[in-house]
Amino acid sequence: MSLWQKHAIFEKNSIILIIGVLIMISFGGLIEILPLFYLKSTIEKVDGVRPYTPLELAGRNIYLREGCYNCHSQMIRSLRDEVERYGHYSLAAESMYDHPFQWGSKRNGPDLARVGNKYSDEWQRQHLNDPRSLVPGSIMPGYPWLAKTELDTNHLDQHMSVLALEGVPYSADMISKAAIDAKAQASDEDPGELTKRYPKAVARNFGGRPGVVTEADALIAYLQMLGTQVDFKIYDDKANLR
Amino acid sequence: MSSTNPNVKMVDSHTGTATTGHEWDGIQELNTPLPRWWLIILWASVIWSFGYVVVYPAIPLVSSFTTGMFGWSSRGDVAAELNSLKALRGPMVNALNGATLADIEKDPKLLTFARAQGKAAFGDNCAPCHGAGGGGSKGFANLNDDDWLWGGKLEDIQATISFGVRSGHGKARDGSMPAFGRDGILKTAEMSQVADYVLSLSGLPTDKGFDKAAGAKIFEENCAACHGPEGKGDMALGSPNLTDKIWLFGGDKASITEGLTNGRGNVMPAWVDRLDDTTIKALTVYVHTLGGGK
Ligand code: HEC
Ligand code: HEC
Ligand code: HEC
Repeated sequence: MSLWQKHAIFEKNSIILIIGVLIMISFGGLIEILPLFYLKSTIEKVDGVRPYTPLELAGRNIYLREGCYNCHSQMIRSLRDEVERYGHYSLAAESMYDHPFQWGSKRNGPDLARVGNKYSDEWQRQHLNDPRSLVPGSIMPGYPWLAKTELDTNHLDQHMSVLALEGVPYSADMISKAAIDAKAQASDEDPGELTKRYPKAVARNFGGRPGVVTEADALIAYLQMLGTQVDFKIYDDKANLR
Repeated sequence: MSSTNPNVKMVDSHTGTATTGHEWDGIQELNTPLPRWWLIILWASVIWSFGYVVVYPAIPLVSSFTTGMFGWSSRGDVAAELNSLKALRGPMVNALNGATLADIEKDPKLLTFARAQGKAAFGDNCAPCHGAGGGGSKGFANLNDDDWLWGGKLEDIQATISFGVRSGHGKARDGSMPAFGRDGILKTAEMSQVADYVLSLSGLPTDKGFDKAAGAKIFEENCAACHGPEGKGDMALGSPNLTDKIWLFGGDKASITEGLTNGRGNVMPAWVDRLDDTTIKALTVYVHTLGGGK
């Protein structure tokens, strides 16, 4: 009986067949996925990347809630045309605190990975409220309720605790001050200890309504931060070819 | 692939096809091999994969991975592609970088190139605010008329694009309109009078019974410092001409009163850090030649 005949064992015993299939498939995982967790050369530490502030995190939650990812990707691929249009290609490290990441491939609208600081807060407010008032042919829906709805900061600390379990370095201090930091970042007044906890975080009245922290404040704070954490003037492209 | 006894070929009497010789409860399995073309593709892919593994990065090792014969990487690849794009555009880009803005407009070939590049960059970066043709919208300046807030000469436009307006950049164009109502500088009645006065400056209809002298007085005391005694504006401060019937925020009384109440000062971002010098130059020429360049 040659070796070829042995497949009769698999064909006649479904459990053995399933185990065999699992072993074959796990080879793919072992070779293609597992090494990414330990290979030094695939894990890039980049200066400037920090966990999201509570306000940005709240904005990110609204981004997910409203399904912005259905039309917008957040990854500039390392392709010529993308770099020409959107700027420096995205680094894996730039989404290291994203759970889950927003890379995506659906692009009914432009990629948003570097949209931070590209437009003014006023533009973002008006665009979220009524995209066609600025871009007549736009197919993006309006989100007029964001500016009218006060931001719920009650569960931010809990969300941060969960992210901490997943490896985002939120300290106990950051978690306990979540609501305070969220309110501080959404005002033009001195944000206090915010930038001590979150270096280079920008605080201002993003949403435009004085005295109220709205969902628009959170979402615009998030959008204006996207792609701005890494300073590409000092990032060494040549040393990081991979 | 072969039958139990390779010497005896069993053939199914109904179909005339050979069987594998397997038998389950009297049912036999027909032996229909994979088509030849399919097998050829399979084996060709297997052979191809060996070549791929040698040429491209493939096998994970202990702390690194095999980098392939030529050390290919996707990041290196895009850098090379961008360089070759630069080389392709090289002569024109160099000419653009070397020429002054005025010279670019005098040289038809350079002008065509600059406008083409400017147009593409305008679509990606400026159109969301200024409109696809530069026509602007409420609060976002029209760029194809000859009414300029900050100056319509090439150098003025270049400075506006580079550093933005109220953008927070150190060299940004700055100066905003105070919030006369919110900050309690003017009363509601005074705001109404001066708003009517502003309308009268360009001959627009005003409310009945409006006291022009009183309006003029409020204007002189509160507005003339920025908008000029005749309301003709001041480009150094970005305060618009109020006499020309061209409105940034709208020429009806409600819009004017809204501005008086909450102030005005729309932001245009700075582009020096986002776009390279050549692109900004091309954009300058593009905007200048949209129709209203001075
Ligand atoms: C139906 C698809 C769709 C959805 C959903 C959508 N967008 Fe858009 N978005 C677009 C399109 C198309 C454009 C380009 C036209 C425009 O600027 O309006 C755009 C443009 C933008 C831009 C400007 C990007 C640039 O670089 O010019 C931003 C910022 C943006 N969207 C944010 C959002 C956010 C935040 C959400 C969720 C609240 C969202 N979008 C949901 C389709 C969509
Ligand atoms: C976030 C919206 C926004 C974007 C994006 C933007 N601008 Fe502007 N721009 C403005 C606003 C608002 C003004 C008017 C400022 C004011 O009110 O004084 C302006 C003014 C200008 C002016 C001066 C007009 C004048 O009358 O003096 C020029 C020139 C200009 N923009 C060019 C550009 C170019 C070129 C780009 C693209 C690289 C661009 N803008 C992108 C918002 C924007
Ligand atoms: C400190 C300078 C300053 C003073 C004082 C000032 N303005 Fe202005 N005004 C501006 C600037 C700057 C703008 C343009 C804002 C922008 O482009 O976003 C403007 C815009 C306006 C506009 C809108 C023009 C348009 O095209 O839509 C009106 C109307 C106006 N001012 C009226 C007044 C009146 C009336 C007063 C006095 C009560 C006044 N301004 C006082 C600086 C000033």
